Amino acid sequence: MPLKELFERDWQELESEGILFSSLEKLVAWGRSNSLWPATFGLACCAIEMMSATDGRNDLARFGSEVFRASPRQADVMIVAGRLSKKMAPIMRRVYDQMPDPKWVISMGACASSGGMFNNYAVVQNVDSVVPVDIFVPGCPPRPEALIFAVMQLQKKVRGEAFDQLGNQLPMVDAWTR
Amino acid sequence: MSLKDRPPVDKQSGTLPRSQMQPDHQESTRPERVGSLTAQQGSLMHTEVMSLNVGPQHPSTHGVLRLVVDMDGEYVIKVTPHMGYLHTGFEKTFEHRTYQQGVTYAPRTDYLHSFGHELAYVLGVEKLMQAEVPERATTVRVILHELGRIHSHLVFLGTALMDLGAITLFFYCFREKEAVQDLFEEVCGYRMNQGYFRVGGLSRDIPDGWADNVQKFVDSFDKHVDEYASMFATNPIFLDRAVGVGVIPADVAIDLGLTGPNLRASGVPLDHRKANPYCGYDSYDFDVPVSQAGDSQARFVLRLDELRESAKIVRQALKRLKPGPVKDPNRKISLPPRHELETSMEAVIHHFKLVTEGFHPPLGEVYVPVETARGEVGYYIISDGGSMPYRVKIRAPSFVNLQALEYACVGGQFADLITVLATIDPVLGDVDR
Repeated sequence: MPLKELFERDWQELESEGILFSSLEKLVAWGRSNSLWPATFGLACCAIEMMSATDGRNDLARFGSEVFRASPRQADVMIVAGRLSKKMAPIMRRVYDQMPDPKWVISMGACASSGGMFNNYAVVQNVDSVVPVDIFVPGCPPRPEALIFAVMQLQKKVRGEAFDQLGNQLPMVDAWTR
Repeated sequence: MSLKDRPPVDKQSGTLPRSQMQPDHQESTRPERVGSLTAQQGSLMHTEVMSLNVGPQHPSTHGVLRLVVDMDGEYVIKVTPHMGYLHTGFEKTFEHRTYQQGVTYAPRTDYLHSFGHELAYVLGVEKLMQAEVPERATTVRVILHELGRIHSHLVFLGTALMDLGAITLFFYCFREKEAVQDLFEEVCGYRMNQGYFRVGGLSRDIPDGWADNVQKFVDSFDKHVDEYASMFATNPIFLDRAVGVGVIPADVAIDLGLTGPNLRASGVPLDHRKANPYCGYDSYDFDVPVSQAGDSQARFVLRLDELRESAKIVRQALKRLKPGPVKDPNRKISLPPRHELETSMEAVIHHFKLVTEGFHPPLGEVYVPVETARGEVGYYIISDGGSMPYRVKIRAPSFVNLQALEYACVGGQFADLITVLATIDPVLGDVDR
């Protein structure tokens, strides 16, 4: 089809022929949401369930998130899997700072989200006090299915389909944010 | 030793003097390394020691271990592990939890063989309380202990070979790992970190049909172990990277206090299931695999053999599984059954006392060693007569085994360090506690 026709014809007619229209923002957000590459940040027990999420049965690859990058510079989402000790906290912040924008954080497990059963001198009581967390996953450790659900929730957030506590729709990340 | 204190590089060979590389150990066990440069070429080249930082966020450290490696070219001359990045304060936390609550904490130290830690803690408190564990509970414990060993070794094989670049085995090992976790989930509702044992027995009886599922799993398991072996054991790339790499001789292994598969791979047949039998292990018929080589390949293959032995023990234990109680009948230790609470005032009082403050063991100290997938685990518990331990010290095998890292790596190449670290198989939760 000549390009000229694309501008002259009705868009509904074109969509019935299999040509879709979208804004660049939506297209980029759709692409981003389906290729959320996690940084490997396994700390404790949850790391094993995080690995299980990529195995043959659970297969996180169906949602485009199986490529665990050893370098934070290639990652989009950091899955904080396990209890975060106070000695480890500055290192986690540094890993987070090394990730390119836009970036997201999933706090996996009770320990990362709230200190869990370890309310003592050694464990950071909430990872949110070190890095901004997007999704909290409950469980000790959460099942791989719970992590997959968290990734799917994060995908909604990336696509701008998520809401805050007051019911306001959260904006998607600008397409030009790098 | 800082860089400043290091002796000057020998200009003839271009390396540090051999005696300076390994100040702590004898030289004779290690072959002289053969450089590719001639003495003359080496003398023209300026070399200096480089410190390389590995971790704490590194995929090959199996957690959050940090290693500072001093390198002379491609060769490792010093390895300094820095620990504590996963320090959770377990030992302190035990001091303000009742004995029964401690069962929930124990499996979270070594989350791969969680039943091992749970068993070590529970056996310690039982010895302190002189509780009587019913036959059925002991048998179920043995089954779960061995399934936990299978779980741990499967994760080891998958991840350790992934460090060497063999990704396929990960998916095969995790297939069976999921099957084991399904069995755990059926019996106690949790895939990991179960907290199923209680002082004096189990928290509840095993569900109907669980024994059949275990039987099905172990019957097909030997076939899977052969499958794993066929995938890597004769692979020339694997053999090149593992044979003769990271050799730990038997005398050094004993001196460093190694236990578990790492010690047995060096030729010392110490296994606490045979040496200090607990849970009636002396009545089971099984072998302790021992290898003489002491290198990385021996540590890999030995764990494969242990998988088979564990399946063998589970098969024997399943035959012994008879109906019966799973808790110590002593009401001072284990909770009364629910139906008794409606008819008996005694039961209500016991329930109230156990739930609110727990039981009070007599004054004393106790240590029961248990052979987990990583080696000897023991909980040294000091009781001051109260309902919470006065002090708990965890003897963690990963922490002690990690000492061998420097001995096994010095003189080798950097890539070998990854192999050795993988085969020593530390769990960082166990190291840092």
